[in-house]
Amino acid sequence: MKKKLTTVAFQGTPEQEKQLLAVIAKHKGEKGSMMPIMQEAQDIYGYLPIEVQTIIARETGVSLEEIYGIATFYSQFKLNPDGKYAISVCLGTACYVKGSGDVLDEISKQLNVPIGSTSPDGKFSVEATRCLGACGLAPVMTINGEVYGSLKKEDVKTILAKYR
Amino acid sequence: MKSLAELEKIKEKTRGAIVLPDGGNEIRIVVGMATCGIAAGARPVYEALEAGIKENGLGKQVSLIQTGCVGVCQYEPVIEVYQAGKERVTYVKMTAEKAAKVLEQHVKGGKVVEEYTITYAQNGGKAPADGVVHTSLTDTVFCKTQLRQALRNCGLIDPENIDEYIAMDGYKALGKALTEMTPDQVIETVLASGLRGRGGAGFPTGMKWKFASGNRGNVQKYVCCNADEGDPGAFMDRSVLEGDPHAVVEAMAIAGYAIGADQGYVYVRAEYPVAVKRLKIAIEQAKKYGLLGKNIFGTDFSFDLDIRLGAGAFVCGEETALMTSIEGKRGEPRPRPPFPAIKGLFEKPTILNNVETYANIPQIILNGAEWFSSVGTEKSKGTKVFALGGKIKNTGLVEVPMGTTLRHIIEEIGGGIPNGKKFKAAQTGGPSGGCIPASLIDTQIDYDNLIAIGSMMGSGGLIVMDEDTCMVDLARFFLDFTVDESCGKCTPCRVGTRRLLEILDKIISGNGEMEDITRLEELSTYIKSASLCGLGQTAPNPVLSTLRYFRDEYIAHIVDKKCPAGVCKKLIRYEIDPEKCIGCGMCAKNCPASTIVRTDYTAPGHKLASMKIEQANCVKCGACMSSCKFGAISKG
Amino acid sequence: MDMIKVIINGKEYSVEKGSTVLEAAKAANIDIPTLCYLKDINEIGACRLCLVEVAEMRGPALGPWRMVTACVYPCTEGMQIKTNTPKITASRKMNLELLLSNHDKKCLSCVRSTNCELQTLCREYGVDQSTFTGTTNHYEIDNKTPIIRDNNKCVLCRRCVATCAKVQGIGVIGANNRGFDTFIGSQFEKALAETSCINCGQCIVSCPVGALYERDDTDKVFEAIADPNKHVFICTAPSVRAQIGECFGYEPGTDTEGKMVAALKRLGFDGVYDMNLTADLTIVEEATELIGRVQNNGVLPMITSCSPGWIKFCEHYFPEFTENLSTCKSPQQMFGAVVKTYYAQKMGWDPKDIFFVSAIPCTAKKFEVGRPDQSAAGVPDVDVAITTREVGRMIQKAGINFRALADEKFDDPFDIGSGAGAIFGATGGVMEAALRYAAEIILGKKLEKVDFPEVRGTEGIKTASYKLGDLTVNVAVASSTGKARELLNKVKNGELDVQFIEIMACPGGCVNGGGQPIQPAKVRMSTDLRAVRAAVLYKDDADETLRKSQDNLAVKKLYDEFFGKPNSHKAHEVLHTSYIKRGLYK
Repeated sequence: MKKKLTTVAFQGTPEQEKQLLAVIAKHKGEKGSMMPIMQEAQDIYGYLPIEVQTIIARETGVSLEEIYGIATFYSQFKLNPDGKYAISVCLGTACYVKGSGDVLDEISKQLNVPIGSTSPDGKFSVEATRCLGACGLAPVMTINGEVYGSLKKEDVKTILAKYR
Repeated sequence: MKSLAELEKIKEKTRGAIVLPDGGNEIRIVVGMATCGIAAGARPVYEALEAGIKENGLGKQVSLIQTGCVGVCQYEPVIEVYQAGKERVTYVKMTAEKAAKVLEQHVKGGKVVEEYTITYAQNGGKAPADGVVHTSLTDTVFCKTQLRQALRNCGLIDPENIDEYIAMDGYKALGKALTEMTPDQVIETVLASGLRGRGGAGFPTGMKWKFASGNRGNVQKYVCCNADEGDPGAFMDRSVLEGDPHAVVEAMAIAGYAIGADQGYVYVRAEYPVAVKRLKIAIEQAKKYGLLGKNIFGTDFSFDLDIRLGAGAFVCGEETALMTSIEGKRGEPRPRPPFPAIKGLFEKPTILNNVETYANIPQIILNGAEWFSSVGTEKSKGTKVFALGGKIKNTGLVEVPMGTTLRHIIEEIGGGIPNGKKFKAAQTGGPSGGCIPASLIDTQIDYDNLIAIGSMMGSGGLIVMDEDTCMVDLARFFLDFTVDESCGKCTPCRVGTRRLLEILDKIISGNGEMEDITRLEELSTYIKSASLCGLGQTAPNPVLSTLRYFRDEYIAHIVDKKCPAGVCKKLIRYEIDPEKCIGCGMCAKNCPASTIVRTDYTAPGHKLASMKIEQANCVKCGACMSSCKFGAISKG
Repeated sequence: MDMIKVIINGKEYSVEKGSTVLEAAKAANIDIPTLCYLKDINEIGACRLCLVEVAEMRGPALGPWRMVTACVYPCTEGMQIKTNTPKITASRKMNLELLLSNHDKKCLSCVRSTNCELQTLCREYGVDQSTFTGTTNHYEIDNKTPIIRDNNKCVLCRRCVATCAKVQGIGVIGANNRGFDTFIGSQFEKALAETSCINCGQCIVSCPVGALYERDDTDKVFEAIADPNKHVFICTAPSVRAQIGECFGYEPGTDTEGKMVAALKRLGFDGVYDMNLTADLTIVEEATELIGRVQNNGVLPMITSCSPGWIKFCEHYFPEFTENLSTCKSPQQMFGAVVKTYYAQKMGWDPKDIFFVSAIPCTAKKFEVGRPDQSAAGVPDVDVAITTREVGRMIQKAGINFRALADEKFDDPFDIGSGAGAIFGATGGVMEAALRYAAEIILGKKLEKVDFPEVRGTEGIKTASYKLGDLTVNVAVASSTGKARELLNKVKNGELDVQFIEIMACPGGCVNGGGQPIQPAKVRMSTDLRAVRAAVLYKDDADETLRKSQDNLAVKKLYDEFFGKPNSHKAHEVLHTSYIKRGLYK
């Protein structure tokens, strides 16, 4: 399992930091509190960027690398927030031969979001998925669960316009 | 809670609400609200019933309860209506509208809505041929031969109400252990019962407790519960936590008393929010009643319980990895010895059992070791819960005595294979297990028999496969899972499983050579013997067991470059029979690869020339075959 | 000592109770192959190379044969152990093949070739290519600091991780990701340069393969030697003479000072000098500073500043203690500064034309040469710091037959070092040298007994209390930054009242520095490198007639001709430096 580095600019608020510090204070002195702290931190921020992990490291005295090691070990810890709009493009064989790869690249280019990560403003996340089982509609993508089929590279702009 | 007498009072008070007193006119409606029920839409059903009861002013007579899983997954949402002196009525596939009708016709009018009952559902929505409508789930074949011990309260009581648990003799075992038994007697009882761990290799539970029992009172010890059920297709532990969480809480307190621990941790998958919520409620309620905390039942024994959430790592189901995770680190396993009973969580003596194991404990204490060991086989006592799934008519959660044959589970309880297909094999133990071929369908399922035939009990996933399943692909599926979940600490598992997967990939893409089979076997044997923890040590099992029973399928992939089950895409071919093809062109229209063209051949009796698949560009998606209304396209 | 009986390969042995199978076999002179095992530091049973077959007594009968990891499995009474069956051999071969299938096999030019634990095992087991094909991982090489990390060669044994976190108490590298994608790295895949790594290099000496090594600066030295316009000098740190023989097949703990000097002269340096001299100079400056702080209510405890790994550790992890650091430069920097000021002036050279090389068992020194406030003559005091290993490689590359050389002596005028300077290389050595100076100054008379055995030895933290006339001096010595952390926390919490602290970043001091020759785990299992190398230095000291820094005539001459007196204005300009409060996670 390989985690993609954070691409979204940190937009944490003082309020969130206050909450996080309260969480850490609550767990102070408790054995084995790192996982609960990280889980609650993720509840507060939606993900665990370096800024958040640094606060945890500073306050707990655990090294930042150790925390990062934990964050990249468990699949539920996220280094990137889900975008407000989560775009999944099917790269199953049927979609792929009909050009879903091009579609994916086009989306990535237009939004300036690397595949597998989230745009710096947190609005869009772009990922490739395994077969969505809608081969008849190939190429297929979903945005927050809504299905778009028979896509062409040229369609991307119009579709994205709806979400921008 | 100061005494058993106090407990008895609560039981007296509540019991009547569950086991309705004879001659009364009270009605109890339970709605199955485990995760699967909720996902299937149980919440609007519950809300409709709640509103209906209020509107009709039935509040005094009718109690509405949310409960855990009754086990019939494919019929969710399920509600059951209990009335004193009357047969229990099981309504399935409910909706808010249907629920309203049940309220109107059955609860108010006293007339069962037969077409919504399980009997109709099992008969394709029609009245049974013999005209006898058994409205209750209890009377179906699915239930009749089950023996619900671990699941006894699931689907019966309200898991969020401690009183209901107490009404079913809950916490009586804890009271008995604390006030009438010594810790050693508790261990002896568990040992004598023959209970073995339900989560993996089947180590005797009592033995584990005994190993950790030394030096009571002088050292910090821990009791842990493994609720990190990660096998794809297994959900026994979730069902227990969602349907009967207090059983686990009570059992852990008993275990704490037995070994001399005052702190417990339940390690639950974060993917189980309903289970977590109910467990939290259960712990709070138990604390409030003094069933957790200081001086339980007025004795010197104190015990506290905390929940730790997993974060998505299958390896944390392994005991040492689970403890490392609770300690707040990467969930990597540690070598044993030292065993957790000597040096476990935070380097202190620790016992770890899984949810289903704990669910058996209170009854063993209450009813005695002999009661428990009277069921099962020589070396595997009691019952086992299975999550029955795959190509089978009745999917769901079943609990049967150890030693039940696979045939009985599949053909009787499971209702056989759907669509007239043939049973090919069953897979137990998830990614750690293996498959049981049709020739061994009469195997009595217990720990040792499964090991002998190259599989394992595991936590209890039981996936049924028919002739459309490719065994090489199946092995690949599990390997893919293990590779993804390998922690990466030891070499055999980190690199070895990846290489195994790559060899399988090579075979299913038609590039296999016969030496690959030898390589698979050598590598599998190595990984099994050399890996650090149970994950690696069992990871090759799906490969070895499919090689053992379905070697010819591997050979077909390698030598004939064919997938007999027609699953492996690179090895299948779709062909259009020109004699059957009427030339309508639907296939070409649906082909995502635009690789279907018209030929110049028109079959006798047809008006249009037939179609043909240009194989070079075919992506084997099967869209053509499903679009052909004339059965002209075949897969081979 | 309780003993138990075990049977190894059919022969009975009596071994200490509590021994692991690996230790029992070692005691029987049988090495079991290991890769992840590093005595006392990494005992995690991860690589699975040490699998052996054992059968244990179950009551009166022998139980079944099983494969267990020798490095962590405890021996039991009557246990049978087989270390070399065909099954075990097959298992080890398979393991090596799997490792090689994801390993960058550029062995020919690898810095660890012929001293690689993986290569050795592959030779022993006849494995050279993996029969497995498939995905391999590719990583960028992190080469922005003196410590270079090449994950393409990493075998994920985690010895470096354990050393960094457990021994050094730093933890800037660790395992990231999971499964096949696991790799050793820093937070958010940052380069070491962006972390609070202290460049101690202990990770390098713990690495069994070529995944960690120091930046090679030897080409710069060869080029300077070839430049006719440069005066090229090298000075060797006290410990180098106790280590360098190991590069040429000598047993650890062999003193090869004379051969080392002879070899360096043959490399073409214009002068080969002894850093023991500036160690003495350091003592005079540092002890004077200490006395000054005590007398003038300065910041106490004062902490030594010779170890640049420790300095960076202090700046990152204990910035509140930077005022406690002695402002003295390290002996290496003092040497360069003296040569480029005093000596340049005396010889009438432009300091720019001097190329000063320091040979040192240390990787942090490579960082130190680039620090600010280390350029007394307007150019860096030291141009290049090379490790003992690099010195060894230079000698090899130049074709010099080290073992055949006759002993030679250091060059004038920097050839005199006292015994006090020599023991700088071992933990406690600086403290002892300083005490020899301070005691005389405070007591105002010659010391009868110059040995201070309380501060000697490999223990991580040592404390002692000395009564010097009316004055009681409490001192503490820590080696390894892990132990330093422990010690400083005690000072911080008021649990320890001391006036003077010696801290070395590496466990055991410079003799066990990050730039030392690398010994494989099986040697480290039976030999305490810290102790045997330190013994060389203490023997040098004992054999010397000159045992106190203040008696070093070369040092006296420096004060007479250039600095005036200790801690003079001139001395401050040339021999002292300043520190940065770096803190963590900026």
